Amino acid sequence: MPNMRSDKNPMPEQAADVRNKNFLEVTTGYTVEMALDEAERCLNCKNKPCMQGCPVSVKIPEFISLIKEKDFEGAYQKIKETNALPAVCGRVCPQEKQCESKCVRGIKTEPVGIGRLERFAADYHMAHVEDKIEIPEPNGKKVAVVGSGPSGLTVAGDLAKMGYAVTIYEAFHTAGGVLMYGIPEFRLPKDIVQKEIENLKKMGVDIETNVIIGKTITIDELFEDMDYDAVYIGSGAGLPSFMKLEGENLNGVYSANEFLTRINLMKGYKFPEYDTPVYIGKNVAVLGGGNVAMDAARCAKRLGAENVYIVYRRSMNELPARREEVMHAEEEGIEFRLLENPTRFIGDENGWVSQMETIKMELGEPDASGRRRPEPIEGSESVTDIDTVVVAIGQTPNPLIRKTTKGLETNKRGCIVADEETGKTSRDHIYAGGDVVTGAATVILAMGAGKAAAKAIDEELQGK
Amino acid sequence: MGYKILKKEVLNPQIFLMEVEAPLIAAKAEPGQFIILRIDEYGERVPFTVSDFDRDKGTVTIIVQIVGKTTKDLALLDAGDELLDFAGPLGMPTPLEGLKKVAVIGGGLGTAIAYPQAKKLHSMGADVTVITGFRDKDLIILEDELKAVSNKLIITTDDGSNGVKGFVTERLQEEIDAGEKYDEVIAIGPLIMMKNVCKVTEQYGIKTTVSMNPVMIDGTGMCGGCRVTVGGETKFACVDGPDFDGHLIDWDSAMKRGRMFKEYEQRSCDEGHCRIGRTNKNA
Repeated sequence: MPNMRSDKNPMPEQAADVRNKNFLEVTTGYTVEMALDEAERCLNCKNKPCMQGCPVSVKIPEFISLIKEKDFEGAYQKIKETNALPAVCGRVCPQEKQCESKCVRGIKTEPVGIGRLERFAADYHMAHVEDKIEIPEPNGKKVAVVGSGPSGLTVAGDLAKMGYAVTIYEAFHTAGGVLMYGIPEFRLPKDIVQKEIENLKKMGVDIETNVIIGKTITIDELFEDMDYDAVYIGSGAGLPSFMKLEGENLNGVYSANEFLTRINLMKGYKFPEYDTPVYIGKNVAVLGGGNVAMDAARCAKRLGAENVYIVYRRSMNELPARREEVMHAEEEGIEFRLLENPTRFIGDENGWVSQMETIKMELGEPDASGRRRPEPIEGSESVTDIDTVVVAIGQTPNPLIRKTTKGLETNKRGCIVADEETGKTSRDHIYAGGDVVTGAATVILAMGAGKAAAKAIDEELQGK
Repeated sequence: MGYKILKKEVLNPQIFLMEVEAPLIAAKAEPGQFIILRIDEYGERVPFTVSDFDRDKGTVTIIVQIVGKTTKDLALLDAGDELLDFAGPLGMPTPLEGLKKVAVIGGGLGTAIAYPQAKKLHSMGADVTVITGFRDKDLIILEDELKAVSNKLIITTDDGSNGVKGFVTERLQEEIDAGEKYDEVIAIGPLIMMKNVCKVTEQYGIKTTVSMNPVMIDGTGMCGGCRVTVGGETKFACVDGPDFDGHLIDWDSAMKRGRMFKEYEQRSCDEGHCRIGRTNKNA
């Protein structure tokens, strides 16, 4: 008889007024008892609607059944069959828009805590089981992967398992992409990411850091001089968008990329133990409403800012961030200034931002995205004292690769055009997936694209 | 696996040269481009202009002036030590094609950065005048190297201790007054020097290319920390530059942005990660 309690087992977490001063992980994970209790809420539906909500088709009812049977390692292995990074996805997937949105239990009450159970199984594995890495028989073919974010890691893992000699090229000094530079430690501990990367290396994947494809080596050279049979581009959406407003180049105005990279990848939150500083003022405005904006705002609070505002031009209903992050941010004292949009930044005599002018917005008719278009309310401008601004309104793909690779078709947003099913681009033997194709999206979608491309690359190279 | 320092040479009390083993970068580097290095796990990512490269030996040379935490710590390293990270070549090469008569101007450390441009122009057969300025004669660097790649070399010192007193702008003005006609002036050095060179050349409509070196993290267009206002538009020095038309640069904004992390730099020097007494043989 399933557990018919209406709400999910709550996730244990650090108290909000404690965690907003440290970078330790916010949520501490289910205990065995909680996991067993939560697993019992799953009805094990025959048609498995949850699986349809998962971009990598994790066998959700099956892994939850294994948890019910206390076979936690079995549950992990079941997830791992289709998802290369369970510990990551259990933490950062927007489950409320994916698997959990389809859960039958969610129709009347709260859905099963699928993400929390996924994380439980992954953490159990990490704590109790030594990974057995099988080194596959080499099949004699070489594949280069550009970028070591979620999509690149997935392609590399899948192809390595099939016996391909895979080299990942990473522009930064550390592999992991957005998992390392973007998502903060308190949401995704970096040890978890590095452990997954170590496992790939043990499988024989070669990771070359400090290589900027398009600069150090071009895509064409990978084929002509280095004899790769196929190339997968998973270089992400790394180019920050700015608002093009007056005063945006004042000191104290960061892109979210710069702010988060200083903190996460460069460990600026440990300055001066680490050399990279991160300037933080008293009053911080974070512009945007996605996960990146939540991450930036919560980092700012942890670094000692007194007032941190999320400034977003639409309302709470349209806020694109993962629900849990919004709740956590609110609990930690982040102030949401919704239906408000900056119009200019005002500087002091030394060139530092000191104030921000904003205008109130209202929602009009739906636009092309289906969301109601925000429109400014004339005459509603006001000015706020601000000494740090983080612009988190989105990223687009870096142009280095498209500028140096002839015949690689891109769209007007600078994204590489690739087939959704296979990742095939306009150039033979070149595949692409993840944010470089879709524009900034989620970890799991990037992983899904990687998975599809690995299959297509294998089919092409094996003449299937 | 690190990047081995093959040679270190002290050029003056503040400036030293390092030749680093980096074959992939050496194969591609062109004058005007830069690399980003990190000393060790605790280090900051800091850009340095490629001062020279040897494609056969697979080495890249950088010339470093001691100004802050990273450069102080770099000065502690020696031949045989390794740098943990060394990435590039970044930025666009300086467009030098078609130039017939050029004045290359370097201020202080900028001289080191101007050297590869002069060298390339000279090898292309252009008429090259090099004007470099230093505080005093003890700080003069690369005199022989520059002599070898220029038709005329003018070295000036702020205090006149080498026999020529004054700023590079005054020397440039004299050359122009004497009737020299340049297709282009390339100016590399402190922001104030480049700004002043641009003021001189603007009156004569001489195209002037300057090299910007703002704070950046990745060097690939990702952080946007290196924003420079050029002709009213925001450009990223790392991918759009580092060279820009000096007459279009918003110098006031560039100088203010240059001071963004000043206080932190001092704190980093005073309280930061200490590398004295340790070597990077197995970094």
